Amino acid sequence: MTGAPLLSGLIFLPLAAAMIVLWLDRQRVGAMFTVALAGMGAALVVACVLFARFDSATAALQFVERTPWTGGIDYAIGVDGISLPLVMLTAVILPLALLSAWGSVHERVKEFIVSLLALETALLGTFLASDLILFFVFWEAVLIPMYFIIGLWGGLRRAYAAIKFILYTMTGSALMLVAIIVLSVQGTAQLGTRTFDVVALRTVHVAMPLQGYLAAAFALAFAIKVPVWPLHTWLPDAHVEAPTAGSVVLAAVLLKMGAYGFLRFLLPLFPQASLQFAPVMSVLAIIGILYGGIVSWAQRDVKRLVAMSSVSHLGLVTLGAFAFTVEAVHGSLLQMVNHGLSTGGLFLLVGVLYDRTHSRQLDDYGGVAALMPRFAPLALFGRPRATLSRPSAASFCRRSTCCGCIRE
Amino acid sequence: MLLALIIAFPLAGWLILGVVGGRLPRRVIGILASGTVALAFVASVAASRHPAVSAGGLTAPLFSWIAAGALTVPAGLLMDRLSSLMALVVTGVGFLIHVYSIGYMADDRSYARYFAYLNLFIASMLLLVLGSNLLVLFVGWELVGLCSYLLIGFWFDRERAAQAGRKAFVVNRIGDAGFLLGILLLATSTGTLELGRIGSLASQMAPGVLTAVTLLLFVGATGKSAQLPLYVWLPDAMEGPTPVSALIHAATMVTAGVYMIARLHPLFLAAPLTLSVVAGVGAATAFFAATVALVQWDLKRVLAYSTISQLGYMFVAMGVVAMPAGMFHLTTHAFFKALLFLAAGSVMHAMGGVIDMRQLGGLAGAMRWTAFGFVIGALALAGIPPFAGFFSKDLILEAAFTSAQHGGSWLVWVAGLATAFVTAVYVTRAAILTFLPPAAHHGHPHEAPPTMRWPMAALAVLSVGGGALGAQAVGAPLLHSLDRFFATAPATESAPAVLLTMIPVAIGALGMVMGVFLYRGRREVTLGAVGRFFERQWYVERVYDAAILAPARALAQFCADVIETRGIDGAVNGVAALVVRAGGTLRRAQTGFVRSYAAAILAGTIVVLGYWLLR
Amino acid sequence: MTVPIGAYLALGALLFVLGIAGVLLRRSALIVFMSIELMLNAVNLTFVAFARQLGRLEGQVAVFFVLVVAAVEVVVGLAIIIAIFRTRATVDLDDVDLLRG
Repeated sequence: MTGAPLLSGLIFLPLAAAMIVLWLDRQRVGAMFTVALAGMGAALVVACVLFARFDSATAALQFVERTPWTGGIDYAIGVDGISLPLVMLTAVILPLALLSAWGSVHERVKEFIVSLLALETALLGTFLASDLILFFVFWEAVLIPMYFIIGLWGGLRRAYAAIKFILYTMTGSALMLVAIIVLSVQGTAQLGTRTFDVVALRTVHVAMPLQGYLAAAFALAFAIKVPVWPLHTWLPDAHVEAPTAGSVVLAAVLLKMGAYGFLRFLLPLFPQASLQFAPVMSVLAIIGILYGGIVSWAQRDVKRLVAMSSVSHLGLVTLGAFAFTVEAVHGSLLQMVNHGLSTGGLFLLVGVLYDRTHSRQLDDYGGVAALMPRFAPLALFGRPRATLSRPSAASFCRRSTCCGCIRE
Repeated sequence: MLLALIIAFPLAGWLILGVVGGRLPRRVIGILASGTVALAFVASVAASRHPAVSAGGLTAPLFSWIAAGALTVPAGLLMDRLSSLMALVVTGVGFLIHVYSIGYMADDRSYARYFAYLNLFIASMLLLVLGSNLLVLFVGWELVGLCSYLLIGFWFDRERAAQAGRKAFVVNRIGDAGFLLGILLLATSTGTLELGRIGSLASQMAPGVLTAVTLLLFVGATGKSAQLPLYVWLPDAMEGPTPVSALIHAATMVTAGVYMIARLHPLFLAAPLTLSVVAGVGAATAFFAATVALVQWDLKRVLAYSTISQLGYMFVAMGVVAMPAGMFHLTTHAFFKALLFLAAGSVMHAMGGVIDMRQLGGLAGAMRWTAFGFVIGALALAGIPPFAGFFSKDLILEAAFTSAQHGGSWLVWVAGLATAFVTAVYVTRAAILTFLPPAAHHGHPHEAPPTMRWPMAALAVLSVGGGALGAQAVGAPLLHSLDRFFATAPATESAPAVLLTMIPVAIGALGMVMGVFLYRGRREVTLGAVGRFFERQWYVERVYDAAILAPARALAQFCADVIETRGIDGAVNGVAALVVRAGGTLRRAQTGFVRSYAAAILAGTIVVLGYWLLR
Repeated sequence: MTVPIGAYLALGALLFVLGIAGVLLRRSALIVFMSIELMLNAVNLTFVAFARQLGRLEGQVAVFFVLVVAAVEVVVGLAIIIAIFRTRATVDLDDVDLLRG
């Protein structure tokens, strides 16, 4: 479509910055942060260019790049209306997370910065890949830096949290890989060529019982990532133990990968099976919404509180995704972005509080209302639009989560 | 354009004060904040004179807000007779209270923050009032709730203030949940949220749905307007600065529920069940709150319960289909209740923050203006002619009487009368305990500075003359205007029966006499067991704690401690433990002896070979 | 006169079984090692016998491969055994059970 490979540039700019950071002397903390910020900033600029030149009139993938890789696997990337908001979100949140680390991370600064940069590359790749294997590679690649961020710079129980995080996610994605391969085999039989391309595979019809199994494998991977109740228990632990920057990225972007997966892969690839799953998923989502709200109310740890409220809010996204209407999908996307910004902001704030007070216990705070009230409403704002996706459950969520949010 | 300007002025004030307010001199802050509201008032006056306002409504589309599939919601503003009245009350009273605040908050360290919030509140309230569809209205509705929260908790370093703010927010959210459900149900069943088209929709909807929608909307109103059962936040909201109580928690924001019902009156008129619920809740709240006000020692809390009670009157008016009377009472109430609050604030200001009436007394001598203002407000509240409250309250009671004649409940009318009596008693009590000798303090109270005196004077004039807006003798201009807006509401122009008018007046007067008799010489009458019952708010809060809060808290704790950690996470960790155990069992097979491995290989080979050979 | 192919094969099988027995029953690492060599060469013998019988070269080529691999294996294996001997002063296989679960 255009001359410059915009998307590849977007994906690999942070990684390039990571290379430079690796080469720098580890004493030069300022220089490392500057280079990393420059890399992320450049990615943000590219993302903005992308946003400006994005044609919202078409539903097709845009800025497509395709290079054959091996065995029917292509390096194929493209952007459409579903991925664009999430790409923007990633490009905005990551620099903020990096800034939050400046001054609060003191050990192994170089490794931390490199991890964050690699994380950004992997995240952007996940949202932009249109080849299933490529997607899977990026999807898994996200885990590695995140594992280190939680496991190396986390709190006291960081090892437990990191292992839990990675085992949970790997369990889901292992099955997804099997499903990807089976799907491609089916596709090869029907299309005549072997391909892992999402758009091409959409035309493949998989017979029903098999389609159900494949969809279940995909759904499991995404549901763990979202997380859908009751697969959510890795989230509070990961959030609590992760450093501020990790929590921010985790809440703001990582959780969206699952919901993105629902919208991007599960629904278009397995329409019939998705329809069958919809009631179950909706019920789970509603349970998650209420449950997250209630549990967050009883938390004494701020980070755990916000984590549980994320479970609640992401339940809303899931609900929207499985409502099968245009409005609901719009609502889901908006809710994702809103949640990314507001919860990211909340975690930044908790980070500030923690830096000052060295406590995450609600009881130890008091009189910090000066800071918090401005952000608690922030978490509630912007949601009226998103809640339109599904009336009743939405406002229940608002009610119960607000109880939690306001309690600080 | 003019409509957008009305909101833009206070919004600009908020932005300026919020961004650079800390660096401006105090004088500039005060003038800027009041000035923007004054400009908004002028713009409202100018806009309300536009001919379109009295013809169907002046509209100003802003932008297309939501366009998702079949649902499109444009954002826009609308000014008709109803919203022009509200806009004028909000900006007018708002301006006076801004001016008052200049003096009242003069020594506060967060001067700029205070005025920034106040300006944001005015802008949000105007958005609520002028929104052209329910969603815009809802955004304003939420924003005023936010401002209320921020201003109640303005002195956040006081534990009680912070808690009160939180309580207000949470209780309001419960109401808002109902309100939002109502809006969404309306949107899904009619496909539009435009206020201009609501009128024609009522006939299309199934009666059951319509009743559900209106009841849900009314839940929102009970939250915002502090009616039973969601009134609990308003008395605590008195922890905020007094001008805030006057502006938000007496004159404007709490009337949003009444306004909303008036706004959507075509829907409510078509749902008779909801109307009777509205009237019943209003009457019950009016009486309940008045009795509680009777035994409060905190002057501001007396006024807070009084506000709840008067809001109950307004809902009675809505419920008995006397919308013009309700809006009229809303207007006069805004005048005299703001006046009472400002007088109370003036007392606090003079006494260094003391508001317990047992420690006041004898202030009339030193604070003539304030005492004079309070008495005028009290007379208006008690419904003594010719003060403003008389006209509006009388109209409502008259409508309740008429409604009872036509099949409504007599209880509503009786409760209204009883409330009128109790109201007269408690307001007399408050005036006596606060202003008459003997003094229970040794301070040297001083009269308020001019910036606080003049707003009180202006409101006093309005409290006296405001009744003219609805007095039949001078043609009742406001009622005429509103009657034409609520075209479906029965006309209230018939000359009132003299006797019917006399009853409330007599009851009011009797109540004042009773008050003077009971509390002469500042006697601290507690009314015995009945008084204790009233003082504990009829045990409503305790019932909430026991019946709702405690179980909910227990459920949350149960979910968090048992289901979450032992149930779900227990299952997860259980799976992990299972794997570990299985590994522990299987590891025994790994002896570490090379030769046993070799033997295993041999055995395996033999088995495979055997399979191939014997197959 | 030519020796029949069956005799070669029988000898190969015999040597192989001897090798297996050595691997399984002896405790000395060196003996076990030699037994493995025995097994390899038993197979070599079979290869050569068949190559001769069929008149084709592949079997003999395979023998060369096996010889080379065996030589390499000797180098690595002896190095390991010497390393173990240096650290543990024993070449008894039953004393070397680091991999026990």
